[in-house]
Amino acid sequence: MEASEELRKELTALKLENARLHRELQNREREQEKRYPLSLEEFRRYGRQMIVEDTGGVSGQIKLRNAKVLVVGAGGLGCPVLPYLAGAGVGVIGIVDNDVVDTSNLHRQVLHNSTTVGMLKCESARRVLNKLNPFVEVRTHPVRLSNANAFEIFEFYDIILDATDTPLTRYLISDVAVNLGKTVVSASGLGTEGQLCILNYNNEGPCYRCFYPKPPTPTSVTSCQEGGVIGPCIGLVGTMMAVETLKLILGEYEKIGFQPFLKTYSGFPEQVLRTFRMRGKQSNCACCGQTPTVTRESIESGLIDYDAFCGSRNYDVCTSEERITVEKFEREYRTRSDSNYILLDVRPRHHYKISHLSDSHNVTVKELRDMDGELEKLQAHIPNISKDSEVVVMCRYGNDSRLATRLLIDRFGIPSVKDISGGLFKYIDKVDPSIPKY
Amino acid sequence: MVSVTVEFLGGLDVIVNKQRIHQVQIDEEGVDMKRLISYIADQMITNKNDVEVFLEDGSVRPGILTLINDTDWELEGGEGYLLEDKDVISFTSTLHGG
Repeated sequence: MEASEELRKELTALKLENARLHRELQNREREQEKRYPLSLEEFRRYGRQMIVEDTGGVSGQIKLRNAKVLVVGAGGLGCPVLPYLAGAGVGVIGIVDNDVVDTSNLHRQVLHNSTTVGMLKCESARRVLNKLNPFVEVRTHPVRLSNANAFEIFEFYDIILDATDTPLTRYLISDVAVNLGKTVVSASGLGTEGQLCILNYNNEGPCYRCFYPKPPTPTSVTSCQEGGVIGPCIGLVGTMMAVETLKLILGEYEKIGFQPFLKTYSGFPEQVLRTFRMRGKQSNCACCGQTPTVTRESIESGLIDYDAFCGSRNYDVCTSEERITVEKFEREYRTRSDSNYILLDVRPRHHYKISHLSDSHNVTVKELRDMDGELEKLQAHIPNISKDSEVVVMCRYGNDSRLATRLLIDRFGIPSVKDISGGLFKYIDKVDPSIPKY
Repeated sequence: MVSVTVEFLGGLDVIVNKQRIHQVQIDEEGVDMKRLISYIADQMITNKNDVEVFLEDGSVRPGILTLINDTDWELEGGEGYLLEDKDVISFTSTLHGG
C-alpha cells in the first residue's frame, strides 16, 4: 500500500500548510485592524456616508459604531427610523414593542410585511435589520414600557427615541430619560401632520413636562386608529428622527449650539416643514426643574401614576339594559319581519362611506351634540323619528354609540334607545363577515 | 386697531370652519394675547360647543401650543404680549399618534 502511504503524507503536509495559511491570514487581518479602525467591509459599507464631510469621516463612523440607541415603538415612526440607523452603522439598536403586526399597520409600518402579520413587531423588525446590516447588534424588548421596567431598559442606551403613540408613554419616556440623564428624540403624527423635537438635550434642554406641564384632556387625544394616518407623512417624520439621531451621535449640536425647537410637518395641501423656537428648561418643571417631584423613586414606586395623570375618556355612560349584543340585534331587530326601528350609525361620514349596514342613517355624535336635544333638527336627517321611535345606535367599536345613546335618551327624550355593544366591527366578526372592516 | 394672521394647525381648524389661516382685525387699542383668545372664542368659533376644544379655565387648553411669529409664546410674554400689525399667531394641537 505504498500509494496510500504517499497520499496520507501529502494530506498531512497539506493540513499543516492549511493551518499555516490560516494563521498567516489571521495575522494579516490583525495587522489590518491595527492599521485601520474599521474592517475593509465596513469601509465599503459606510463609504458613501463617510465621504460626506459633516459626518467627520472615519471618526464619525466610529462614534456611530460605539452608539447605543433605543427606539420605543416599532410602528409608523419606528419603521423608517430603524433601518436608517441600522444602515448607518449604529452599534447597538434596541427596540421596545410588545404589539404584534396587524394587516392594518402595513400601509405605513413598512419594515413589516404580509408574511409577518401576527409576529411581534420587534421581532419582525429585528429580522429585517439583521439582514440589512450584520455589523449592528439588535436587542429586542417585547414588553410594554412601564414604571417598573423603563429604568432597567433605558440604562444601557445613550439616546432614547420616542416613537410611541400615547401621551402616557410620552411623559414616562421623558421622565425616565431626564432621571437617567439621556437625550430623547421625540416625534408624533396623525393624519397628514407630524411633530418632532429633542428633549432633555445633554441635560440642558427642556423636557416633555417643560413643554406640556399639564396633560391634554383625554377627549382631545386622537390615535391613528381613530384619526387615520398617511404612511409617507408619518414616515417622513420618522426619517427626520433618524437625521436628528445621527446629528446627536456625531456631535452636530456641540458645533452649532442647541436651541430648543419643535418642527411641524404637514403633507397636505402643500408640503410644509416649519421650525418653532421653543421655551428652554423650566425652573419650576416637576421633572427637570429645581425641586423635582418626578424622581426615579417616585416613578418606580408607582407614586407617579401616569394613568391617573393622563386620564381616559369615560364611555361607561349606559346601563346594561341600554345595551344589546350584536347577536340580539340580529335576532330581535335585523331579521324580525315585523320590526319597526331606526338604525342610527354615528361614525364620521367618511367612515360610513367605506361600509355600513343597509337601512341605516348616518348622524355623527358631534352632530347630535350640536342639535342641543332639538328633535326637529334630528328630523331634518331622519324624517320619521319621534319620541316613540325605537332606536338602535351603532359606531365602529361601540364607544361613541354609548355617548350617542345617552344623548338620545337624556337630551332628545327618546326613551327606547339601545346601544349595540362592540359596534359594527363586532357585528362583522359575529354575524356578517362579508362586510368590509377597515 | 391691529391686524394679524391667525393660524389653526394640527387639526384645530375644525373649530373655525375648517379654515387654517384667518386674517383678523380687532378695532381696539392695546390688544394683547388674552384679548385675542377671548375674541377667537366669542367671534371666530361659530359652534359654541367647540369653545371647550380651545379653552379650559379661560386659557388655551393644555395640549395646544401657542406661537407668536413662530416662537413659543412663553418666550414672548404669554397672555400679556401686545399684538403688532402683521404678527402671525399660530395655535397647534399636540399630536400623540405614532
